[in-house]
Amino acid sequence: MTARLPGTAERPETGAGDATASSRTATASAGRGADGHALLEVSDLRMYFPITEGILLERHVGDVRAVDGVSLEIRRGETLGLVGESGCGKSTTGRAITRLYRPTGGRIVFDGTDITRAEGEPLRRIRRRMQMIFQDPYSSLNPRMTAAGIVGEPLDIHAIGTKTERRERVRELFRIVGLDPDFGERYPHEFSGGQRQRIGVARSLAVNPDLIVADEPISALDVSIQAQIINLLERLQAQFGLTYLFIAHDLSVVRHISDRIAVMYLGRIVELAGTRELHAAPLHPYSVALLSAVPIPDPAVEARRRRVILRGDVPNPASPPPGCHFHTRCWLRERLGNPPECETVSPPLAEWRPRHFAACHFVDRLGEMPESAAPATSGVSRPPARETPPA
Amino acid sequence: MAIPTDPTLAGVAAAPPADVAKADVEVALESLSQWQLAWRRFRKHRMAMVGLGFFAFMILVAIFGPIIMPFDPTNIPGTTNPAGYPPSLAHLFGTDTVGRDVFAMVVNGARISVAIGGFSMLIAGFIGVVVGAVAGYFGGWVDNVLMRVVDTFFAIPLLFVILVAAKFFGQGQVISLIVIFGVLSWPLIARLVRAQFLSLREADFVEAARAVGVRDGRITFRHILPNAIGPVIVAMTLIMASNIVLEAFVSYLNFGISANQTSWGNALANAQSALGLGNWWWAFFPGMAIAVTVMSINFVGDGLRDALDPRTRL
Repeated sequence: MTARLPGTAERPETGAGDATASSRTATASAGRGADGHALLEVSDLRMYFPITEGILLERHVGDVRAVDGVSLEIRRGETLGLVGESGCGKSTTGRAITRLYRPTGGRIVFDGTDITRAEGEPLRRIRRRMQMIFQDPYSSLNPRMTAAGIVGEPLDIHAIGTKTERRERVRELFRIVGLDPDFGERYPHEFSGGQRQRIGVARSLAVNPDLIVADEPISALDVSIQAQIINLLERLQAQFGLTYLFIAHDLSVVRHISDRIAVMYLGRIVELAGTRELHAAPLHPYSVALLSAVPIPDPAVEARRRRVILRGDVPNPASPPPGCHFHTRCWLRERLGNPPECETVSPPLAEWRPRHFAACHFVDRLGEMPESAAPATSGVSRPPARETPPA
Repeated sequence: MAIPTDPTLAGVAAAPPADVAKADVEVALESLSQWQLAWRRFRKHRMAMVGLGFFAFMILVAIFGPIIMPFDPTNIPGTTNPAGYPPSLAHLFGTDTVGRDVFAMVVNGARISVAIGGFSMLIAGFIGVVVGAVAGYFGGWVDNVLMRVVDTFFAIPLLFVILVAAKFFGQGQVISLIVIFGVLSWPLIARLVRAQFLSLREADFVEAARAVGVRDGRITFRHILPNAIGPVIVAMTLIMASNIVLEAFVSYLNFGISANQTSWGNALANAQSALGLGNWWWAFFPGMAIAVTVMSINFVGDGLRDALDPRTRL
């Protein structure tokens, strides 16, 4: 693997003054551990959507940089949570990985095969191993097809098994996701939201995939149903050895299901760490703010929880701020007296602690934060940040 | 590690199918196909049902009427009353100047008028769906070119084209009128289909199909078209209605069906002198036939609009 490092080099913002920062990332292959084989390797993924003007002759006037240099790895059998605000590019990342979009740049390597530019038959073969669960169980099922038709379609188009085998497999899939196989001849509108999501899950399982990209699979469901679907996904992972990329905007859900979490902001990953590490000691000011917004289910602790409130909105991804994308809303930068690097140099995603990556120039100054702004979890004193990992 | 839930709900997550079935009894008591559901919704629409009844009757008249009619509308028996006879039991809709039976004209005219409306609708529907689907699905320059063609069609004053084309391609032929009307009325359908495709190709279930590996052709025909067809069918009924009116209009101007054939438009054209003579029945009955048929088709379209929309709840 020629791991292009997260957010380094070849990017206009990361220019000359970036040398020290990028040396720190020399081995930061974004979390590839010794304990697993990477099923999916994404390096410097970029997905720009062109903005055009004119009716007959379309002129290219700019780009919405939905994903702007994302690197991550997912090992076989693990769950990587991808969190961020609406519009930060997390869904786009998922859709680019499943090749619903054609990436503008970067590389997507799935189980050793580069699928960044795959088209036609090779892409169809890869699709058998990579499936997606969609957010909205109402719009993701074709209202004109029966439930069995929807679940069986992947089998039909990949010509898996005989007709009878396929019918039996569909019934089995219904049972696996907890639906009555006799409901197969019904149409989506005859099911409840949770049942529909189960149909969506069954469809994604039909071809026995390795990787499932779950794009906010529960955020459109009632809270009681959310737990059911989460439990179902966990059971299926254990049962079939699935690998998940779990996209969500709700940290508490992601915390529950993920082994590792990547925090995204405006098209870039700002922090990537094991779930426990991230929650115990977030290193990026944005993650600190996100985590401080999660209520704690213990009234005593909750009363002491202090929130970091971010001001303003996410900037327009068509013209992202120079330097660190987060600097316009960063409370740490303000506290440090607006150091100039934040506006000029894009911080690389560096390994500040073992397998804990963050993209901020001032991770080591985070501890200087006064108690008034500290999230409940950061009361502990931090170990010094790792400055130079072995090359 | 499982999130604790309400025990009854948690049971569903991993329950054997029998329990699921029990829990879901109230969700759907009977399973109906999409068309059964649509028919059920359509039946609730009273005007649409009236319209459908009348329209079906018109079709029957168009097919069988001329066979069982005792009078030949083209037969000129000669008459003792040059102004024609008013409606009577022998001639329900009266007779015209030369003694032709107006009822026979209306019944025979139904065949040509309905045929022109119906078949031109099918031609328009076919071209419109194909062009609109290609433009909407592929987008880009294909879309651009096709839509500029559509714009051009909308910019042309169609009536003159029809008049010229009718003269040019065999005056008075039913088939040429069908083709001309069909070829000139597809752009509306194309626009509609394109708009449907544009929005549906971004729909989650289409993305899902793509993620599964479904090829373009199957996505078009299995996933997009069935969901786009409702508004298209509605628009097609409107086109049929307007083409029936158009036929009458063109024939009235003597650019349409030749005088030795009978259509509603011809019957109206023959009645031009009727008002001066006070013979209201020459114009009234063909006129009513057009008006009521067009209205009933529009009612059917209205009912279909509601019936074919899967979002409409019963």
